Amino acid sequence: MQPTERAVLRLVVVGHVDHGKSTLIGRLFHDLQLLPEGKLEAIRAMCERRGMPFEWAFLMDALQAERDQGITIDTAQTWLRAKDRDYVVIDAPGHREFLKNMVTGAASAEAALLLIDAQEGVRDQTRRHGYLLKLLGIEQVLVLVNKLDAIGYRHERVAAIEAEFRGYAASIGLPLAGFLPISAREGDNIASRSAQTLWYEGPTLVEALAKLRPMARAVDLPLRLPIQDVYKFDERRIFAGRIESGILRVGDTLVFSPSNKSARVASIEAWACDVPPVEGRAGQSVGLTFAEPIFVERGEVASHEAEPPVETDVFRARLFWLGRNPLRRGGRYKLKLNHQAVPVSVQAIERVIDTTDLSDQASEQVERNAVAEVVLRADSMLALDPHGRLTRTGRFVLVDGYDIAGGGIISMQGYADQRHLMVRRATNLTRVEHEVSLAARELRNGHRGGVLWLTGLSASGKSTLAVAVERRLFNLSYHAYVLDGDNIRGGLCADLGFSPEERAENIRRVGEVAALMSRAGTLVLTAFISPYRSDRDRARKAAGERFHEVYVKADLATCEARDPKGLYKRARAGQIRDFTGVSAPYEPPERPELTIDTGSLTIEQSVQRIVDHVQRHFAEGAAFAGG
Amino acid sequence: MRHLDELESLSIYIFREAFNRIDRLAMLWSLGKDSNVMVWLARKAFFGHVPFPVMHIDTGRKFAEMYAFRERYAREWGLTLLLGECPPVEEIDETLPPAARSAARKTAGLKAMIEKHDLQGVFAGIRRDEQATRAKERYFSPRGQGGAWQFKDQPPEFWDQFNTDFAPGTHLRIHPLLHWTELDIWRYTQRERIPTVPLYFAKDGKRYRSLGDRDITFAIVSEARTIEAVIAELEATLTPERAGRAMDHEAEDAFERLRADGYM
Repeated sequence: MQPTERAVLRLVVVGHVDHGKSTLIGRLFHDLQLLPEGKLEAIRAMCERRGMPFEWAFLMDALQAERDQGITIDTAQTWLRAKDRDYVVIDAPGHREFLKNMVTGAASAEAALLLIDAQEGVRDQTRRHGYLLKLLGIEQVLVLVNKLDAIGYRHERVAAIEAEFRGYAASIGLPLAGFLPISAREGDNIASRSAQTLWYEGPTLVEALAKLRPMARAVDLPLRLPIQDVYKFDERRIFAGRIESGILRVGDTLVFSPSNKSARVASIEAWACDVPPVEGRAGQSVGLTFAEPIFVERGEVASHEAEPPVETDVFRARLFWLGRNPLRRGGRYKLKLNHQAVPVSVQAIERVIDTTDLSDQASEQVERNAVAEVVLRADSMLALDPHGRLTRTGRFVLVDGYDIAGGGIISMQGYADQRHLMVRRATNLTRVEHEVSLAARELRNGHRGGVLWLTGLSASGKSTLAVAVERRLFNLSYHAYVLDGDNIRGGLCADLGFSPEERAENIRRVGEVAALMSRAGTLVLTAFISPYRSDRDRARKAAGERFHEVYVKADLATCEARDPKGLYKRARAGQIRDFTGVSAPYEPPERPELTIDTGSLTIEQSVQRIVDHVQRHFAEGAAFAGG
Repeated sequence: MRHLDELESLSIYIFREAFNRIDRLAMLWSLGKDSNVMVWLARKAFFGHVPFPVMHIDTGRKFAEMYAFRERYAREWGLTLLLGECPPVEEIDETLPPAARSAARKTAGLKAMIEKHDLQGVFAGIRRDEQATRAKERYFSPRGQGGAWQFKDQPPEFWDQFNTDFAPGTHLRIHPLLHWTELDIWRYTQRERIPTVPLYFAKDGKRYRSLGDRDITFAIVSEARTIEAVIAELEATLTPERAGRAMDHEAEDAFERLRADGYM
């Protein structure tokens, strides 16, 4: 006989402290006649021992400290058998102090019950929990206005609370599945309709629960299989992992990111399985063997070639912080994203969001239990997805010390997918060795070749300085040449626009050309905003030790006041999208070889400093180490 | 995906995560229905292998059928079996109620094994639906010095990212069955045809629903002689699973005290 399997829905109960979460769960068990034998008597005895009236909360609040203090400390789960399916009911603490436990409980839920005390109305934790439900990706929220008995079942009061909370939910994009007036203590509109709320025409809680949908597995979305481990227990080399989205079949060619290796699936391995599977679907923990020998480690993400994940070492995130110590700008943490574990630094804290009124402010740190938008930079390349595209490969946690201290969802807005910058498509390449050495070229030129990479905001003075320095160096008998943004875009990069990916490609080409010219013995001056650290680091890698980064520094206000091409004005008017400094990020160099503050130096002083730097590092016989 | 497949997939994920992240693992095998499912899931996770030792903390007071089961399946399943002994009850905290004090021998036996083998992670087949303090557990539950459970301040755990970093001198309890219910265990045992100790099936109108030491575990009245009958019985009952385990009922906080001190 095949066992009968019942469907199960995971349901979390959230809301402000003392708004009746635990009481509601007790009431549901009672009304559905599901309380275990002896439980009611046991709870009664516990209450009498403490000299207090009967308390439903003791059903879930199992810890002595919880019962003694009358407060839920940690999340708990229990099982509820309804007519057509079972529910895992997750009780979440409402006290701000225990937000980490609320997140622990709510993160695995498919739907939420959010309770609001009809007397107290919408409170801080009502909003904070609503906001976190949205961040955690809970797509069905039933709002329960509780304790109607305490307000004399007045419709106007319920309507006012509903209007207020619906407004908040709409502003954060939290989907509401219904709004129910109830009394958990008295049992109104729980299992049966209340005679006290004739003005209410909607379903009872039990009816509304039956309408909630189970979360669909992401089988229709692009394939993502993060590699969890590689086993060699016997003659098979098995790559194990859980399919987070999509479907894979035997014979499929998979590409691994970020290594960009690929291999064909030879088999799907399974134990205690009469017929070997030929297909794996989202949600399954699988083991694969490949037709070709391939070296891939834990952390890589397998996908189909047509729809691979983003590759990047920098991204934006909206995160909630649960750590004992605040999250600091510049702070170092361990990022865990699927099975990738990489050190990251907090490059920027763009805004800290107040979940009560949705106002935001700039800050150097994010306190415990706060929500913020940040930019994180990883020490190595990551494979990930924007959360809006794929949920399960678009979120991460941060570890501070030994503990998970925060979680976040990923946005790539303003940042480029660096995948195509990494891939070398041709494989059968053999380098040709020159017969003229670089040393010979430099001896004839009388100076070393190199790249002076000028970076800074628009109107910071890059082009002005580059051409002036070129003139001065020419007069000093240097072979010097300026590569300038607008000139390059007329030819070498005429096919590129201004999206983050195209900007990255633009800089990649300039970096490669500059590197080639420097190896020909020329001193190249480049004048590009080049706002992203990742792009500049790639250009540095291409040119090697001859690369000197020159930070042409001027603050945004100064540049905006200069605005020779009128670009800032147009950007502020919304006529130019993704404009650096206004609507797209500028990431200043961390350790430039030279910084020129054009806000305080004259043009002549600035030119002189750069020329001095060149004489010091690139003239014949100059020390070669950058500095 | 079907419900049992979902449960299975998450358990396999937990096993694989622990095996990759944690050195020196061992799995508790109490010979009961839950830990047999746990061994089965480990073999699924590792394609027929159990790549860490299996540990039976033997109080010396188990039923004869359980010892027979242990000898047979340790061999048939190719398990590396570690046996841990428990100290006599006289050495256990005398402020505990009698049955809890007897059960605490197992905690002492487990702690000795953790120390002896310098274990960093121990798999335990506990479930949230068994007992209210277990309902508050994490999948990866860090234990402080002396194995204590800091239940008032547990680390967050979400999005299947587990706490795999911990201070020297502490260890992890890993709970691959935390999200299963008693009924899930039986339905899965039926589906996968997993062997079980015969004491779970009725003989002379009685059967054991939960197996512990002979002196502190009691049989229930039942006519369920087959696994199908056990499932039908459980679908209808409102009696809690551990009603026959004396240690749970001696005092309101007896189980919490046991667990805080390192009981499973």
